[in-house]
Order: sequence, then structure tokens, then C-alpha cells
Amino acid sequence: MRVGADRFAFPGFRTLTFLCLFILYAPLLVVTVYSFNDSRSITTWEGFSLRWYVDVFVGPDSAKFKSAAFNSFSIALIAASVATAVATSAALAMVRGGRFKLRTATFGLISLPILVPEIVTAVAILIFFNTIGFTRGYMTILIAHIAFCIPFAYLPISARMQGIEGSFEQAAMDLYATRAQAFRRILLPMMMPGIFAGFLLAFIISLDDFIITNFVKGAGVETLPTAIFGSVKQGIRPNIMAISTMLLAFSTVIVTLSWFISRIDRTK
Amino acid sequence: MSSERPAAIDVRDAVKRYGDFTALKTISLSIQDNEFFTLLGPSGCGKTTLLRMIAGFEDVTEGAIYLHGKEIAKLPPNKRPVNTVFQNYALFPHLSVLDNVGFGLEMLGRSRTQARARAGEMLELVQLSQFAHRKPAQLSGGQQQRVALARALAPQPKVLLLDEPLSALDLKLRKAMQIELKHLQRETGITFIFVTHDQEEALTMSDRIAVMSSGELQQLGNARDIYEHPRNMFVADFIGETNLLAVTVDRIEAGRAQCHLGGGQSLGCDAVEGVGAGAKVHLSIRPERLFLTDTTPEGEGLTGRVVENIYIGTDIASLVDLDVGFRVTIRTSNSERGAKRLFEPGAQVVVNMEQGAARLLVD
Ligand SMILES: Nc1ncnc2c1ncn2[C@@H]1O[C@H](COP(=O)(O)OP(=O)(O)OP(=O)(O)O)[C@@H](O)[C@H]1O
Ligand SMILES: [Mg+2]
Repeated sequence: MRVGADRFAFPGFRTLTFLCLFILYAPLLVVTVYSFNDSRSITTWEGFSLRWYVDVFVGPDSAKFKSAAFNSFSIALIAASVATAVATSAALAMVRGGRFKLRTATFGLISLPILVPEIVTAVAILIFFNTIGFTRGYMTILIAHIAFCIPFAYLPISARMQGIEGSFEQAAMDLYATRAQAFRRILLPMMMPGIFAGFLLAFIISLDDFIITNFVKGAGVETLPTAIFGSVKQGIRPNIMAISTMLLAFSTVIVTLSWFISRIDRTK
Repeated sequence: MSSERPAAIDVRDAVKRYGDFTALKTISLSIQDNEFFTLLGPSGCGKTTLLRMIAGFEDVTEGAIYLHGKEIAKLPPNKRPVNTVFQNYALFPHLSVLDNVGFGLEMLGRSRTQARARAGEMLELVQLSQFAHRKPAQLSGGQQQRVALARALAPQPKVLLLDEPLSALDLKLRKAMQIELKHLQRETGITFIFVTHDQEEALTMSDRIAVMSSGELQQLGNARDIYEHPRNMFVADFIGETNLLAVTVDRIEAGRAQCHLGGGQSLGCDAVEGVGAGAKVHLSIRPERLFLTDTTPEGEGLTGRVVENIYIGTDIASLVDLDVGFRVTIRTSNSERGAKRLFEPGAQVVVNMEQGAARLLVD
């Protein structure tokens, strides 16, 4: 093992790694630590306190943040559910539908949005809603989120499906299962870890989105990222750090969960 | 083979094409009830294709397939009373061994309790009762194989299809499973259609064997038929080991053909209809039916020189270069009682043939 590892031990590689990790995590650490600061200041430490967490829930801005949180979580939940259902059907058609014309092109079309700069997607969606005369608000955010969550849900689901040989469904049908039974009793349970992972990924992507949401949201409808951005424009208060820390904790839990679920193989 | 009961499986003029490629060229065969029937042939000859057509996973391009007289070629797999043991077993990884075996019965509408009870009996039959609550991944290859077998047998199909089910097992386990499979077939009375490219396996297990090559049926018969009376060069060469000698027929006399080997040497064998003097044919002689003796002072017989003796456990194979230009293999049983003599490499010998060992083949 050591021999293999040493081949990658270029001079300075270790230092560079630590530098990168530091740049990535130091700001998060600072935000987390200062969210517990017993002071209005965001730079000087004056002792441990939970006052900013209390402030988020009962302070002057609490109504704004509560409605933003409700919007964020409800949109993330619905968008991720719909996107996962669409992505599952797409993966079924792509992996089990046999060869059809433009199959490669279809795969490209499904995954391309991940590579398109988000600002371009945002402008495009905005123009689309304006053209069809859709009033901006909760619904426009939801529709946009469903759309851009699909490719993220699709990737883990189709990866999982590709690993499932067709012979399992054939065996089920050989044992007198109808096509629907073979899907429900055999294929779906085997795909489940992929579907869960896709759902959680879509959920986090939706919860986290700022650019597209900011373009398509109507006046007065905020999600957590846009609400936080709005507050920060008027100066950074420590309650923002408290919200950010809570979001960070939540995301960490979801990502960890999705990692564990994707490792379940239900065969043990 | 009663005449009133229709065959278990009757394949009539079945053709399978994938685009321009013809995988099966007009196959017809009849498989009787309670028969252990084997499809044997080299890789790519269409064995799996034929099996999948019977199971319902491939449609039949032309022709028909009957099961007990009923046309099934258009039925989906779940409507055919036929079960398959897949080459990779395809056990459902998320279900326990018991639920895997009970799956077919549940799909047939039995309650889960009934299905499990019957699955338990099946597991007893294949001696895996103590593993009922494990997942398939927690079993060894041989155990998984037996679960696949139990799962396919549980719904009591009319016909069981097995696609090289033993190919993933090591030699010893393979031999044990061959015997176990044969016993299971006798006990259950279910018609087995077994696919293999291992000719020894086919000879050991089958009531009848269909030898296939490049999408065509070459010969159909029991083990002795195809081993001792191969119909053509392909079958003679594919089944077991043989010496193929290119010869010319000199004359036909009283049902015997005298064949000319070159250098004044000749061999006799049973004549075949349609082959007259002057025909260029092949003789097939099994290595175990040849033996070696000392050269005579007169230099009579098929003379040659021993090149090498190869030790293969039960037998010793001697390679001999004949003076007329062929190389032949002679097998000598590796036992004290064997009357056949061995010669050291380099020795001049005469190659002799047992009565009726040479078989004349046209193509
Ligand atoms: N879906 C397909 N499309 C095109 N050609 C196919 C398809 N399936 C099989 N073939 C061709 O049909 C021929 C027979 O294939 P088949 O799988 O029946 O061979 P086999 O006798 O089972 O060989 P093996 O012993 O290697 O399993 C092969 O030449 C194969 O390439
Ligand atoms: Mg095959």
C-alpha cells in the first residue's frame, strides 16, 4: 500500500492539498464559530452565546426568514420529487428502451443543463416566462427548479440502472411476473438506492439555488438564499451567520445520508 | 415416446435472423416428455438463441414452436409453462433465498405463506434449507446455482431450460452437479433442455443430444450414436478426439470400401451409400481404437515412428508420424491390465486398427 501511495508523493503535493482544504474550509469554520459569538460584531469574539439563533426565530427579521424557509423547503421537496419521477422514467427509457434513434443525442440533452452556465439558463427561463406571460412568483420558481433538478436526479439513477442487468427482469417474467410486476417487485427495489440518491441531490441543488431563483422569483417571494442575499446587502449581521450555519448543518446531514444510501446494496 | 401424446417441445422450421445475420437456419427438432435433451455446439452456434426463443425472450423470425401441441411462439415469457436457469443465475439480490424460490409461485397467484411453504420444500430438495433466510450474495457459486435451480423448478414447469448452468463452477463441483441434475430430472420427471459447449458433459448427462454448428443442426441422437456414428466431419471432430485421414476410395466390395492412403497403403471400412470408387473422403478413427505393434521384417502394415508419449492421467497419448505422411494419435489406457504396448519416442512401429474402427465421412 505504501509503495503505491508513494508514487503520488510529488514534492509539495501535500502542502498544496492542505492549502486547498484550508481555503475551502476556513471561511465555513469562521462563519460557524462566529455564529455563536455573543456580540453584534462579526470580527471580535466576545464569548459563547446562542442569542443569534434565538434572533433568527424570534427577532425582527424572523417573519421574513420563516416564510423564506417555508418557500425553500416546500419548493425543494416538490421540485425534487417531480424531478426524481421524471428522471426515473427517463432513465428507464434510456437504459431499457432498446436502441432508438437519437439515443446519444437524448442523453446529451438530458445532461447538458449541468454544463450550461447557470446565468444563461436563468436568463432563458426568465425570457420564457415573460414570453408566455406567466406572472412571476412561487409557481415560476417551482417550475424552474423542477426543470433544472432533472439532470441532477437523472445521473445517479441512470448510473444505478446501468449496473442492473436485463436478465433480472427476464428472470422475473420467466417466473410468470407481468411486465408491471417485474418492474415493481424486482427492478424498482434494485434501483431504490439510486432513486434516493438522485432525490437528495436534487433536493440540495434546489435548496441551494440562488441565480435562477433570483431571476424568476416575483416581488415579495423569497427563498432562503435570496432572503440571505437581501439581508447581506444591508450589512452583515450575525443572525445571517446563524442561518448559514443551520443550512450548512442541514446540507451536511443530507449529503452524508445520500452517501450512505448510495452504498446500500440490499444484498447483505 | 408414445405416439398419442404430442412432443413436449416441437420446433418446426424455426429461423432466427438479426438484421442481415442469420443466427438459426431452419431448425426442426422434437423433444419428448421426461427427456434430458442437450443442445451442444461451439460458441456462437446459436444454442442460447434457440433456448431464448423457447423461453420467449426472442421472437421467432420464421417457423413455429409447439409445447404439447400448442403453438407458443407468440406468447410472452410469463404465459409459457417453461422456466429458465440463467447462466449468471439472475437471483434477485434484494430477496432472501426463500423468497427467490417462492417468487414464481407468488406470481402464479399463490399466497405468500403457500409460496414460502413450497419454496421450503424445494430448498430441502437441493439441500439448502439452512440458508433459506440468507441473501443470494451470501452464498457460494455452487449454492447460488442450486437456488437458481430450485427457483426454476418450484412452479413445476412443463419444461426446464438450462443455459450452461455449470460453466461457472470448478471441475469437481461441476461433476457433482452433473449427477445431481440428472437425479433431479429423473425425480421430478420434468423435461430438461440443457445447453453446453462441453461435449463430455453432454455425453454424461443426456438422453439425446443435438449437435449444432453455425446455426444448423448437424446431428441428433443419443450419446453412443453421435460418438460412434458421427454423421459428418464436424461431429466426428467436435465430439471427443479423433484422427481424420484424407483418403481416396479404391473400390467397393460387399459393403466394404477399400481406401487408399498413399504409398501403397490402404484401409478398409464400411461403405456409405452414394460413395463410389475414386471419391475423395475422410476416415475418422478414434485414438482408443488404435494400437501399436513391432515392425515385421517384411515391413507390412501401416508403419511409422513414435514422436512423443503424453501422460494424461487415465491414458497415455502417443503421437505417431506415419510413413505415408499423416500424424495420428493413439490412446493407451494407463492400466496394468491394458494389453496394449507402449513404445519409446523414436521407435519404428506398426499402427493397427480394431475391427470396424474406421468410419467413412463424406464432408
Ligand atoms: N441480439 C443479437 N443481435 C445480433 N446478433 C446476435 C444477437 N444475439 C446473438 N447474436 C448472434 O447469434 C449467434 C448465436 O448466438 P448465441 O448466443 O445463440 O450463441 P451460443 O451458441 O449460445 O454461444 P455461447 O456458447 O458462446 O454462449 C452469434 O453469432 C451471435 O453473435
Ligand atoms: Mg450461449
